[in-house]
Amino acid sequence: MSRIEGVLQTLKGQGRKALIPFITAGDPHPDETVGLMHAMVDAGVDIIELGVPFSDPMADGPVIQLACERALKHGTSLRGVLAMVSEFRKTNNTTPVVLMGYLNPIEAMGYEAFADAAVKAGVDGILTVDLPPEEAEQIAPLFAQRGLDPIFLLAPTTTDERIRAIADHSSGYVYYVSFNGVTGAAKINVDEVAAKVAHIHKLTALPVGVGFGIRDAETAAAVGRVSDGVIVGSVLVDTIAGNQTDIVALKRALTDLLNPMREALDSLAS
Amino acid sequence: MSVKLTEEMLTALPDAQGHFGAFGGRFVSETLMDSLMTLEREYLRLKKDPEFQATFDKDLADYVGRPSPLYFAERLTRETGGAQIWLKREDLNHTGAHKVNNTIGQALLASFLGKKRIIAETGAGQHGVATATVCARLGLECHVFMGAEDVQRQSLNVYRMKLLGAKVHAVESGSRTLKDAMNDAMRDWVTNVDDTFYIIGTVAGPHPYPLLVRDFQSVIGRETRNQSLEKAGKLPDALVACVGGGSNAIGMFYPFLTDESVQLYGVEAGGLGIETGQHAAPLCAGRPGVLHGNRTYLMEDENGQIAGTHSVSAGLDYPGVGPEHSWLKDIGRANYVSVTDDEALQAFRMLTLVEGIMPALETAHAVAYAVKLAATMDKDQMVVINISGRGDKDIHTIAQLDGIEL
Repeated sequence: MSRIEGVLQTLKGQGRKALIPFITAGDPHPDETVGLMHAMVDAGVDIIELGVPFSDPMADGPVIQLACERALKHGTSLRGVLAMVSEFRKTNNTTPVVLMGYLNPIEAMGYEAFADAAVKAGVDGILTVDLPPEEAEQIAPLFAQRGLDPIFLLAPTTTDERIRAIADHSSGYVYYVSFNGVTGAAKINVDEVAAKVAHIHKLTALPVGVGFGIRDAETAAAVGRVSDGVIVGSVLVDTIAGNQTDIVALKRALTDLLNPMREALDSLAS
Repeated sequence: MSVKLTEEMLTALPDAQGHFGAFGGRFVSETLMDSLMTLEREYLRLKKDPEFQATFDKDLADYVGRPSPLYFAERLTRETGGAQIWLKREDLNHTGAHKVNNTIGQALLASFLGKKRIIAETGAGQHGVATATVCARLGLECHVFMGAEDVQRQSLNVYRMKLLGAKVHAVESGSRTLKDAMNDAMRDWVTNVDDTFYIIGTVAGPHPYPLLVRDFQSVIGRETRNQSLEKAGKLPDALVACVGGGSNAIGMFYPFLTDESVQLYGVEAGGLGIETGQHAAPLCAGRPGVLHGNRTYLMEDENGQIAGTHSVSAGLDYPGVGPEHSWLKDIGRANYVSVTDDEALQAFRMLTLVEGIMPALETAHAVAYAVKLAATMDKDQMVVINISGRGDKDIHTIAQLDGIEL
């Protein structure tokens, strides 16, 4: 069983929901990312999605675009991100780490070299935003052979036929994008999400994480009620943008955001 | 290495997933997949629909003014002292460039799909103008995304789009040029996918765009083929077209791909010189990668980050290229070369003075290479340059380089 499956099964056994933060690696500076990861674990998160910065993040809104620009300005590369995960693993062997980004940095490194290096670094899952399962035929077996969970997106526009096919290609969890749009937009409709996630649950046994539009304890609880986990990104990245120089204040601010979400999710526990 | 192409090989491409050999495909976030698959299905159906094709042909004739002439540039030929140089006059199309062939086709598709809101990206502004034009004609809401740097250097086209009722969105992110305009158009599309049709201006992007843009632009090569046989009694020996994304080049090349005797030359923007790194020539100096929904030759750094590009011409200032060109390069069917900003500017002046035809700066790249090429060929040979657009939009850039305030 993969580390991701283990964590999600344990949570399910406890009737709890996963809290999954996203930050862009290398933002505000490559030296701070590992410290921020540990701070988020201390604040009670279950899985970390670590964004690999890309020059042209087409699926992201301005908040994560700017985070990519900050990280790239400091020379963050895919290899650099893997080094951060290795460093994190020196003192944390339990919290799963999912790399989330775009395909081209992986293409540039080479599929096999990347898959090997990701396992070696202690990465658990790979979510490549611009790689639908149709184009993953070459890379998916490389992940499977090494026990890396490929995580794919589902969207409001995804047909039932595709939901089944995508779930067949996924392990760990599937990531449901809560609305048509880019990251950081504030247009989540909880009733629609509830209906769609319930429907997805009928089509696959995989846990369903929901991301896009979750900004506080209230939205986290509302979405947590109908899913297996919530993914929180832009609000954290925005907080990083606002506290780039004072890292102590930044960790406190991230903790202050995550703590109420954790409490709200745990208050749902049956 | 060159492969003899047959009709059977060509009709098999792109494959069902949009691949041209190792290139192309559909690399987008899940939200867009359903729309792309619907578009592909509907297009493949309409491609065989006589009513759709008749409407398209009629619009090209009566609204665009096709066929565009194939003109023998007698004085340019004499000055060059080599092969006969002929010009395919896409600059005479309504709106002044080849771009309108495609926007007519895609707007027609949008109407058949019942989409009322149109978005487009633009570099030089020619595609933006061509999109705004067809939207005005059909009463469709039009949003054009344009890099903030391009908004400045192509202010005339920005104003034309506004007069045509389009909203122009200046894109401030990244390098503030065409690639960033395409990023923002994709972001708008993913947000408004239910009611919006994205008219992509070039043969790049996710499947089926490279296919349908190529089909709509192939009228250029079909006409050129017939006109060559009619006027010169033979097929040309060489075709020359500029390549940014590559839509005018593929439109010219495609109907000639199985004619082995016809040499194909795509001319990329060499900017300040390939050796300086300040250029926009992915086929000459890039490597395969994935951007904007397709696998193709790209300009990128060793970590897979997209590199900044430079060209005096906004329409060629793009780090990628259509996947079918990448395939044609790798199988050796087409040659891809580059000319510098300076060579293009010289060619602009030459064509203007010698033939009284002012080409777009993009087109001037093709002119520059064709003149060099023709000089090495025999007098009984024939070179056709695709004059993809007219140069009025570039007069401010030229004047500025001359130190003149207009």
